[in-house]
Amino acid sequence: MLVKIIVTVFGAGIIILVNWYFLFSRRKTFQAELKEKGIQEIKVVVKGGYSPDTIVVKKGIPVRLFFYRDETADCSDTIVFGDFKIRKALPAFKTTVIEFTPEKEGEYVFTCGMGMMRGKLIVR
Amino acid sequence: MAKDLVCGMEVNKDEAAASSLYKGKKYYFCSPVCKTKFDENPEKYLKASENKGCDVNFGSQTSQEKSLPKPENKHGAMTERIDLPIVGMSCASCASTIQRNLSHLKGVEKANVNFATSKATIFFQPQDIKPEDFITSIRKSGYEVGTVTVELPIKGIQCASCVQKIERALMQTRGVTKAVVNLATERAKVEYLPTEINLEEIKRAIESTGYKVLELSPSDEGLDPEKAIREREYKKLKTKFMVGLSLGLIVFLGSSRHWFPWIPEIFGNFYVLWALATPVQFVIGWQFYKGAWGAFKHRSADMNTLIVVGTSAAYLYSVTATVFPSFFKVGGIKAHVYFDTSALIIVLILLGRLLEARAKGQTSDAIKKLMGLQPKTARVIRDGKEMDIHVEEVLVSDIVTVRPGEKIPVDGIIREGKSAVDESMITGESIPVKKSPGSEVIGATINKTGSFKFQATKVGKNTALAQIIKLVQDAQGSKAPIQRLADVISGYFVPIVISIAIATFIIWFNFGPIPSLTFALLNFVAVMIIACPCALGLATPTAVMVGTGKGAENGILIKGGESLETAHKLDTIVFDKTGTLTKGEPEVTDIIAVNGFSEEEILKYAASAEKNSEHPLAEALIKSAKEKEIKLFDPEQFNAIGGHGIEANINGKEILLGNAKLMRDRQIEIKNLETKAEDLAQDGKTPIYISLAGRTAGLIGVADTLKESSVRAVGKLQKMGLKVVMLTGDNRKTAEAIAKKAGIDNVLSEVLPEDKVHEIKKLQSGGRRVAMVGDGINDAPALAQADIGIAIGSGTDVAMEASDITLIKGDLSGVVSAIELSKKTIRIIKQNLFWAFFYNTAGIPIAAGILYPFFGILLNPIFASMAMAFSSVSVVSNSLRLRRVKLRD
Repeated sequence: MLVKIIVTVFGAGIIILVNWYFLFSRRKTFQAELKEKGIQEIKVVVKGGYSPDTIVVKKGIPVRLFFYRDETADCSDTIVFGDFKIRKALPAFKTTVIEFTPEKEGEYVFTCGMGMMRGKLIVR
Repeated sequence: MAKDLVCGMEVNKDEAAASSLYKGKKYYFCSPVCKTKFDENPEKYLKASENKGCDVNFGSQTSQEKSLPKPENKHGAMTERIDLPIVGMSCASCASTIQRNLSHLKGVEKANVNFATSKATIFFQPQDIKPEDFITSIRKSGYEVGTVTVELPIKGIQCASCVQKIERALMQTRGVTKAVVNLATERAKVEYLPTEINLEEIKRAIESTGYKVLELSPSDEGLDPEKAIREREYKKLKTKFMVGLSLGLIVFLGSSRHWFPWIPEIFGNFYVLWALATPVQFVIGWQFYKGAWGAFKHRSADMNTLIVVGTSAAYLYSVTATVFPSFFKVGGIKAHVYFDTSALIIVLILLGRLLEARAKGQTSDAIKKLMGLQPKTARVIRDGKEMDIHVEEVLVSDIVTVRPGEKIPVDGIIREGKSAVDESMITGESIPVKKSPGSEVIGATINKTGSFKFQATKVGKNTALAQIIKLVQDAQGSKAPIQRLADVISGYFVPIVISIAIATFIIWFNFGPIPSLTFALLNFVAVMIIACPCALGLATPTAVMVGTGKGAENGILIKGGESLETAHKLDTIVFDKTGTLTKGEPEVTDIIAVNGFSEEEILKYAASAEKNSEHPLAEALIKSAKEKEIKLFDPEQFNAIGGHGIEANINGKEILLGNAKLMRDRQIEIKNLETKAEDLAQDGKTPIYISLAGRTAGLIGVADTLKESSVRAVGKLQKMGLKVVMLTGDNRKTAEAIAKKAGIDNVLSEVLPEDKVHEIKKLQSGGRRVAMVGDGINDAPALAQADIGIAIGSGTDVAMEASDITLIKGDLSGVVSAIELSKKTIRIIKQNLFWAFFYNTAGIPIAAGILYPFFGILLNPIFASMAMAFSSVSVVSNSLRLRRVKLRD
């Protein structure tokens, strides 16, 4: 009986932990750097996910994202910014540049081709 | 040579675009614009002619080019001349801004910016100023210089000093504006002015330093390396799978000796199984661990997480059971091991990935095909010489020659020669199109029969092909609204599945039959493995990719997933009449001769009288005469009578051509023709009376005729259950006559162009989902207002911008195909989504053992992994079915 209680409590604890870690924990945000040319730039490494995966940019200023894909895993071979109608192949071990100008404030999700890997672009 | 007093250009008298007589002297101009300016105030220009004129000219390309002075003639030996292509000029005032700024630079003797040719011609003193400064000045003015950038691989760069040597050599080469050599990639990135230098000369400059430039075809860039990596990955995956499969099978057979008693006993040994399963778990399956860890660090979880947790659980349990058999012994039964489960799951998932990678590669075939259409070289005529250059170097207004069987490199207008061109790759039209001087040609299409010269009008990223590629790429990147739910779910999917799996474990452990730990473990693994967010994620994008690609192959450009989704819900199609349902050019349809004249005579006199007129009806007459190979007279006198017709004099005979009112005014008897004229009007045709030397000669009917494809397309759309409406500015009678021929019952006639939007709105407020089909330029507001705007017969960016669907071909059957394609694509998406949702919602509870209490059914984790692999492959394969859809009849 004791084993059952331990297993139940332990399992429930893991469920809570899993959901907190993956869904509700706060992520670090990164502010894109404003270069002289009037373009906000930030480098993102793609390896099992996007680092950084929460990027803050300013409204109305062109954004230039450098995606360096540091793996060959199939999952990350495409990046999609659905709200900006961008879908681009990310060649492995290469930097791919994505440019656009966010005109509206808000949070925009970017994902891999299948929507499994996600990042967030916060426009302020 | 004469001087254009307005802009100061030297003009060849024989080729001057315009001239004016003032105070008995003739003045020549490079363009009508200059002439107008001169005529307005001749004194001003005559006075100022002493000073250097500094105005912009609109000269046509030929007069401009030919009349530019040779530098040595006018400015002495030291002056140099440079031509810079300028990008981004939208008006004449842009040109004058650039010209002003350039003229003010020190060392510039004269600058001339031509808006029509988008070129700046600068005469300068090379000791005072360098070409780079012009570029800076132009950029400061807010425009771009049409430079070309190439990346050249160079062999044998070993040190930083080599880099500098090459860079210096390049920078000293005239026409090179920027040169950066990268030691790591062994490549030189060179920005240069194609007007000044070509690729060969750049290569020579590099090779003069002792390094060799490797061959590179610029169009392959960006496509090939990716492909190579993909192929390598695919091969690696295949090897892994084969090795994994061999090991996995041995483990499976060894674990199932009760089914296969012929297997040597040694393979049943737990330690041997452990040894065999370990490389599968950690070598073959290492990519899953890597992926899962990467995701974990980013606080996200994906497929890899599920696979890793699931297989690791089975593996670790088995290891423990092998090393400490007594630990899991329950009621005297020795614990079983599940090395076969963990190993086979990994192998099967690899198989799934393998199949999926292959299928996924095919979804973007269409765009790869489009990219592959881009020709690599062009043969242009510069300075009277034919030369082969890279297609990237072709400039607007270059004259390009094309021989039979060759690809046309860029977009342009034929200047010389005739041919037939196969445009199927762009328009989907299978029959070659006849081309003659004045016809437009599209880059990447194939010249079939004759040779011709054409003038480039669009190059680089402005060509129709480049625009199409961009549009298709954008479309493939866009999302269909139908996908939103799947998107939301896939974000929460994995953590939820892990939670369900753990709950499954707890329930089986607490309430399950003995051995409860084994049941708990196996069901936990099954839930983890069967869940497949991939299918959910692939359902829409793969179908959108294949669907839009399929469209592009047939000349149907769909703007994105949203357009695709709306198009299948349409219930009303509004056609603009002129140029959409009809050819847009009036044709002679009837000739009625009276008073002893022949039909040929009537046409001959009518066309001759109209020879110098530019009225659309006149064009119809002349075209018809030409088709019948009737030789025309030259009219001695020609006079247009506004709103009535024309009068002309041929061989001393007075000819009248026009409406009934004209005839009545001139007291010409037309009573015998009036009923026939009425009939023509009833039929939607315009009747034109003709009289010769005061006698009625006959009646000509002219009408804008239906396109051959219109009737068929309208019929098909009606059969599909759509309400078809015709919209036109014509009067009701004419409109109804045309509509009847096209088979359309609903006519909105006498609609002013600005009211078209209003009519669409009215239909929409009646709850209808409306598509508007128009030419994309005149109808842009109506196209934008409609739920789906379909622009036909053009690949211009204006049309593409305003519309949701662009049909490159003028043929209306494209409307039917587009709607059919959207219906089929959406059907595939729905099937995919249904399958993906159904699969997961049914699969997960079954894997958790929900059927066990009722039917005693449990899902073996190996079957769960098979189902998982199959589910994502099936979704992609289902999308690929769209490639086989037949769009043409």
